[in-house]
Amino acid sequence: MAQAPALPSGFELPLEPRLPRIGSVDQVAVEERAATLATRSIKRESKLFALDLAVRMIDLTTLEGADTPGKVAALSSKAMRPDPADLTVPPVAAVCVYPNLVPHALERVRGSGVKVASVATAFPSGQVPTELKVEEAARVAELGADEIDMVIDRGAFLSGHYAKVYDEVRRVKEVCGTAHLKVILETGELGTYDNVRRASLLAIAGGADFIKTSTGKIQPAATLPVTLVMLEAIRDVYEETGKKIGMKPSGGIRHSKQAVQYLVLLHETLGPEWLTPDLFRFGASSLLNDVLMQIRKERTGRYQSPDYFTID
Amino acid sequence: MAEVEKRQDRSPVPSAFEYATAPESREIVRLEERYGLFLGGEWAEPSSGEYAPSVAPRDEEVLAEVAYAGAEDVDLAVRAARDAFTNGWSDLPASERAKYLFRIARILQERSREFAVLESLDGGKPIRESRDVDLPLSAAHFFYYAGWADKLEYAFPNRRPRPLGVAGQIIPWNFPLLMLSWKIAPALAAGNTVVLKPAESTPLTALLFADVLRQAELPAGVVNVVTGDGRAGAEIVKHPDVDKIAFTGSTEVGKEIMRAVAGTGKSITLELGGKAANIIFDDAPLDQAVEGIVNGIYFNQGHVCCAGSRLFVQEPVYEEVLAKLKRRMGTLRVGDPLDKNTDVGAINSREQLERIEELVSSGEEEGAEIYQPPCRLPEKGWWFPPTVFTNVAQSYRIAQEEIFGPVLSVLTFRTPDEAVEKANNTPYGLSAGVWTEKGSRILSVAQRLRAGVVWANTYNRFDPASPFGGYKESGFGREGGLHGLAPYLEFEE
Amino acid sequence: MSRLPVKKTYKLYVGGAFPRSESGRTYEVEGANVALASRKDVREAVRAARGAFPKWAGMTAYNRGQVLYRVAEMMEGRKAEFAELTGDEAEVNEAVDRWVWYAGWADKLAQVLGSSNPVAGPYFNFTVPEPTGIVGIVAPEEPALAGLVSRLAPAVVGGNVAVVLASEHRPLAAVTLAEVLATSDVPGGVVNLLTGRKRELAPVLAAHMDVNALDLAGAEEDVAELERLAADSVKRIARNGDGQSPWHAAAYLELKTVWHPIGV
Repeated sequence: MAQAPALPSGFELPLEPRLPRIGSVDQVAVEERAATLATRSIKRESKLFALDLAVRMIDLTTLEGADTPGKVAALSSKAMRPDPADLTVPPVAAVCVYPNLVPHALERVRGSGVKVASVATAFPSGQVPTELKVEEAARVAELGADEIDMVIDRGAFLSGHYAKVYDEVRRVKEVCGTAHLKVILETGELGTYDNVRRASLLAIAGGADFIKTSTGKIQPAATLPVTLVMLEAIRDVYEETGKKIGMKPSGGIRHSKQAVQYLVLLHETLGPEWLTPDLFRFGASSLLNDVLMQIRKERTGRYQSPDYFTID
Repeated sequence: MAEVEKRQDRSPVPSAFEYATAPESREIVRLEERYGLFLGGEWAEPSSGEYAPSVAPRDEEVLAEVAYAGAEDVDLAVRAARDAFTNGWSDLPASERAKYLFRIARILQERSREFAVLESLDGGKPIRESRDVDLPLSAAHFFYYAGWADKLEYAFPNRRPRPLGVAGQIIPWNFPLLMLSWKIAPALAAGNTVVLKPAESTPLTALLFADVLRQAELPAGVVNVVTGDGRAGAEIVKHPDVDKIAFTGSTEVGKEIMRAVAGTGKSITLELGGKAANIIFDDAPLDQAVEGIVNGIYFNQGHVCCAGSRLFVQEPVYEEVLAKLKRRMGTLRVGDPLDKNTDVGAINSREQLERIEELVSSGEEEGAEIYQPPCRLPEKGWWFPPTVFTNVAQSYRIAQEEIFGPVLSVLTFRTPDEAVEKANNTPYGLSAGVWTEKGSRILSVAQRLRAGVVWANTYNRFDPASPFGGYKESGFGREGGLHGLAPYLEFEE
Repeated sequence: MSRLPVKKTYKLYVGGAFPRSESGRTYEVEGANVALASRKDVREAVRAARGAFPKWAGMTAYNRGQVLYRVAEMMEGRKAEFAELTGDEAEVNEAVDRWVWYAGWADKLAQVLGSSNPVAGPYFNFTVPEPTGIVGIVAPEEPALAGLVSRLAPAVVGGNVAVVLASEHRPLAAVTLAEVLATSDVPGGVVNLLTGRKRELAPVLAAHMDVNALDLAGAEEDVAELERLAADSVKRIARNGDGQSPWHAAAYLELKTVWHPIGV
């Protein structure tokens, strides 16, 4: 099978676990493929399944300087019971907050099955010495977060210091303990799909359990083509090593129609085994209400108004 | 209308996440029970009184009856074309001629859905292709050539171009309306009049096109549509008052046409068969290359003269490419052409299906290894699953002969020189594909490939501005672009 | 008792909208009050044009051709109105046909003006035409409609955007043309039309550092001074005559030549 090639700046991917060739990605073709997949139409029964799954896959997120315990309390309630008028709607996968709000979130969601994810590593910029970023991650793990969403150092990546990027992922993974690690690539800053693929493989090599598109703080955030590229990298890792890595598109997914398109993309690229919150999440906030509206529309046959769905 | 058999759920897809059939309604098409010949702006009965059914490949439903023209009918058509040419069309100011073509382009855009549905019904290709490729390109062809009609002196400076007169045009069944546009648009732009013979198995969009001509108020006789089989084609070819023959179809028939016009001085252009090499280098973007491979041979069920039917994979990435290809083949949906989710439609005719089956058997007999993903095929109609052969030798019939179906042969190579040599090692020379990240290699390989169209890091791209045509036994003459005008003109210089 | 018609206000056309002059001024001409544009209006028009340039230049040539053909369609629909304003039906027909003529050039200019160049070495070498950017057009006084169209169509067909100073004495046809453009899928800002005193506005346009090319066909006075002002940013000065030609479009197209080695 193919050998892992040497990257510039003398950095080589470790041969164990073996990783696929970095290779390259053709922009025109990948965008076209994503656009074609977006036109698949799925059965009505499957649509309800997809919408329900979408809810279960949401990491309900608030990452604002203005977040308070009160805001997180409201978010947590919404996360545990998205639609008070319809108790068949399941809870979301997780709430995603800043480190200071982790204890408040934990208290609120205890016993509900909803996880608490926290950002770390000087989110969103990552422009801080490595030691401090690792320390932050360790503290967040200590606080009891179930999941840690770190950012890669884009400054290092874009100046070719891939070893540093890899190293930071590895060291953060080491301090995660039982928490699972999502690595945010901030694809909107990477410039090319080649770089997205390269960053995906680097992050996975470093120990990522999930790779994630964006911080949600800049445009562009998640797109279908970028997601396709990351899913293809995950597929190649699976083919080479048997290891299943998860994926999380985040930012810019506001409508159910988009969420379903992402699930179609996931299904066609990785297959039905990946259709689970253990391997796919949506980083979103306003998406939830749109999905709830669609679920109710499918159930009642009537188009809905936002007035009937709570804003938390 | 017969329903396509409902599929039983035996697919590897979980019932939790199934694609709906997303059928495009056929109500938008109004079919006559019977069509005559379109001669001199009127509908006429064939002199022989002969009609034959046009059948939908997806379920063998008879869609309509069409006339089969004989020698007398062809003569009437040519007279009508000649009459229109001498009495009005050739004297019309070129800008006015252009306006007719602009009108036709616009009307095709407006009636796009109607034509797309009819094309898929009559020919078997998926509605997604007829809607997203065939129709937009057909309209674009008319739009592009409309713009040249009054600018010929810029295309051929100092040559004083003039139309040839009456063009006889014979088109195939794989892209019926698109091939009609490729033929009629430049011919009319150059000032000629036309006798067009659509393929026997796909006459309906050409007949509906006559209605577009009515809406565009094109003068009578400028375009005449003569339906029929090979006999009508032969009559057109040998008619003494046809100044130019344009033919797209098999190399075999192309050679017959050449023999028929030998010594007559008749101008001809031929766009014939192909056996294109699609070459994947080890530095190619692999997932996208696999899309390109799939698009190259399974697009339009492989009924494409420029199909990438010989896949050459550089050895280091052979296993990976095959694995990805097979997985991707498994996600191709074969089914009702009118279903928007369908990727691969029906085989155009029983004859074509038999030809594909015969060649596929030969492949197995000669020792190639066949792979076909699990695939439910409807019971009625003509269908063939996407197929790939490995362990193929250059000498096998499946690597030599044009199959014109969804069947790919895979061979390997080690160096660029070897790839080029093997790619060129065929009497055909229509097209080729090159997949590599390295720019200089794209140019070097493209330069050495003996093929009229080279696609680098893409496949099956068409545009009215881009000349298309072959080397060697794939024919001569170009369609599209500035170069596509030349075959329809004579020059003082 | 006969019905009192609702009289039309003739405004500027900038960024796809119809604002009055920021100066609030008008002048009376052809029986109407027409906006009298100021130097600040020129500034805004250039800004709008620059904003619209990437999208217009980035469209496929085919799309641009379609838009120009649509302009012809819309103009044809209002032929009676134009004929009344110009007093000359033949001029209106000429103007419409000119749009159609140039529409057909959009996806052919590269084939006639560009080339693949056989250099003496293992290099692939090709030349492509590209739009220069913002074209400032001082439209001829006469013929007020066909003269304007003859200057404007070749500028925009190749992907350029335009700031036009209309005929000063007969501006109504130009403003009506702007209304046609606004309803023809022409993106806002691609064409900007200002009415007013050429003596006041032309020097501003000629001196503006973000305007890339000029057509001074309608500048009856002080052409020399305008060309001197243009020199400060090395503007391309078009010397297009009357009539129609792809070379009129070429006046606003840069030529880019690209080299790439050929090798394995």
